[in-house]
Amino acid sequence: MIGADWLGPAEWEAVRLSLRVAFWATLASLPLGVLTAYALARWAFPGKTLLNGLVHLPLILPPVVTGYLLLIALGRRGPVGQVLEAWFGIVLAFRWTGAAVAAAVMAFPLMVRVIRLAIEAVDPKLEAAAATLGASRAWVFATITLPLIAPGIVAGAILAFAKAIGEFGATITFVSNIPGQTQTVPSAIHAALQVPGGEDAAARLVIVAIVIAVGALALSELVARRVARRVAGA
Amino acid sequence: MMLQITVRHRFAGFTLDVDVSAPPGVTVLFGPSGSGKSTLINAVAGLLRPDAGRIVVGDRVLLDTAARRALPPHRRRIGYVFQDARLFPHLSVRANLLYGRWFAPRGAQGARVEHVIEMLGIGHLLARRPGALSGGEKARVALGRALLAAPRLILADEPLAALDEARKAEILPYFERLRDDVSVPILYVSHSSAEVARLATTVVALQGGRVAALGPPEAVLGEVAATGARGIASVLRVRVAAHHADGLSELDTGAGALHLPRVAAAPGTVLRVRIAAQEVILSPAPPEGLSALSVLRGTIAEIAPGRGPAARVVLAVGDQRLIARVTQRSVAALGLAPGQTCHAIVKSVAIAPEDVGQQAPR
Repeated sequence: MIGADWLGPAEWEAVRLSLRVAFWATLASLPLGVLTAYALARWAFPGKTLLNGLVHLPLILPPVVTGYLLLIALGRRGPVGQVLEAWFGIVLAFRWTGAAVAAAVMAFPLMVRVIRLAIEAVDPKLEAAAATLGASRAWVFATITLPLIAPGIVAGAILAFAKAIGEFGATITFVSNIPGQTQTVPSAIHAALQVPGGEDAAARLVIVAIVIAVGALALSELVARRVARRVAGA
Repeated sequence: MMLQITVRHRFAGFTLDVDVSAPPGVTVLFGPSGSGKSTLINAVAGLLRPDAGRIVVGDRVLLDTAARRALPPHRRRIGYVFQDARLFPHLSVRANLLYGRWFAPRGAQGARVEHVIEMLGIGHLLARRPGALSGGEKARVALGRALLAAPRLILADEPLAALDEARKAEILPYFERLRDDVSVPILYVSHSSAEVARLATTVVALQGGRVAALGPPEAVLGEVAATGARGIASVLRVRVAAHHADGLSELDTGAGALHLPRVAAAPGTVLRVRIAAQEVILSPAPPEGLSALSVLRGTIAEIAPGRGPAARVVLAVGDQRLIARVTQRSVAALGLAPGQTCHAIVKSVAIAPEDVGQQAPR
C-alpha cells in the first residue's frame, strides 16, 4: 500500500490547492456558463457574434496571452483589479482566488460549448407546450429546459473541472508559482523539473494528475448516464 | 361562448387574412395544408404574433393589436392539444397531466382529475414515462393534460393526424363527449372531412389564407372541395329506426331509409352520417332489381358542372341536402334538371364506421 507520506507535504499542498482551485472555478462559473450558453443558443441580440468570439477567445489565444491580459485587467493596478480591491477588498493577483479565475476563464469556452449543445437539443415545441399550459418563461426554464439539459450541464461542469485542474499557462502568468499560494499540480511539476533531482517528485505528481483526470472522466460518464436515463423517460 | 378571430399576417409569398365569428361548440378549421390553419390556431394560442388582429373568447380579449394588447401564451388559459402530443419526456404521465393544473388559478373551474383519468381510460398509465406509451395513449394523455389546465378554450391542431385509423376511431369519441359534456369552446384544425362531419358545430373552410366558407357542416362540406373533388361529401342527420336481425341498422333520413352495418346506438338516437358524393348513384325512376338497400327520394335542387367531366348534383331530401358526384354525360343521358324528382342510391358498405357520429345537441 502507498501511505499518505508517499507525497511530501509540499506536494500534498499542491494537490489540495489544485482541487480547491478547480472546484471553485467550476462552481462559480457554472451559472454564468448556463446563461451564456442559453443566450447564444436561443436569443437574438446585437453583439451576439462578438459575445461568441469573446467566449471562445481563451480557447484559441496562447494561454500566456490570456494570463497576461488577466494580469493587466485584474492585477492590483489594473482597472478592474483596482475597483475590486477598493470596493470589495478582493485581491486576485498572486492569490489562489486568482488561480481560480484564470482556470475558470480558460475552462469557460469548453463549458459553454457543451451546455449550448444540450440546450440546442431541447425541442422548443416542448417549451411552447409548457407556455400554453400556463407556465411563465421562468417556470418553463425551471421545469422543462433545466431538467432536460441537466446531463449537458453535468458534462460541461466536469469537463471544465478537468480543464481547470490541468491549467498551467494562464495561471502561472497571472498568479505566478508560489508554493502554498498559487502552486497547483502543473505548476509544481514544472517547478520540480527545474531543480536537479526533482524528477521523482515530478513523476509522483504526474501520477496524481493522471488519476484525477481519469477519475473525473469516469465520474462524468457515470453521472451523465444516470441523469440521461432519468431525463429520457423510458 | 362566442369566438371572434380577426387576423392578418403576411409571410413570404402568403397572406393570411381571416375574419371569423363562431358560436359555442366545436369550430373546425378545415382546409388543405398550406391554407393557414396552423398559423391561425398558433395566433390564438399566442405562439405567433400576427401583424394585425383581434382575438376574443367570450368576454376575454386575448389579442388586440390596435389597442397594443397581447396576452402572453401562459396567461391565455388555453388547453392546446398538439398533433405530436408534446408530452414532457422527463415527467411521468401523472406529472404531465397535472402540469397545467399547477399553474391554473386557484378555484378555477376545471375538470376533476379522477373524472378525466377515467374518461380517457389512462389510470393504468399514471406511473409511466411518455417514452413507454403507444401513439394512441400519448394522444389521450395530451388531451387529458390540456383539459386539466382548466382552459377557457381548447385548441386542437390535427390531434389525430399522426394516428392510424384504429387509433383515430379510439380518440374521436372523446372529442365528441367533450363537445357534448363540457361547455368549453373548442377550436379544432383538420383536413379530414370525416372528422369535420362528426365533430363540427361550425366549419370554417380555409383556402389560400382566406375563409372560403363558414357555417354548419351540413351546409359547408358540400360547398368546398377543400381536399379536392374526392373530399366532397354531404352530412345527413338520421334517426336510428331499428336494428335488424341480419346485422343491419335502419336509419331514417326523413326521405327514405339508410341501411348500414350495425350501428352502436339505441333506436331513437339522432346521428350524423357522412356520405361521400362519389358514392351516390342517381336514378329518375324508382330503382328496381338493384342490390343496394338504401334509396332516398328527393328533388334536384341544383346541378353544377365542375371542371372536367364531372358534375355535382344537389338533391333536396326532406329538409336536408344530399350531394351526388356523377358525370356530365349521365346528367345529359338521364335528362336531369332542377325541380325534377330523383332517387339517390347509396351502397351500404360505402359508409364506413368512422363516417357515423353522435349528433351535436342544438
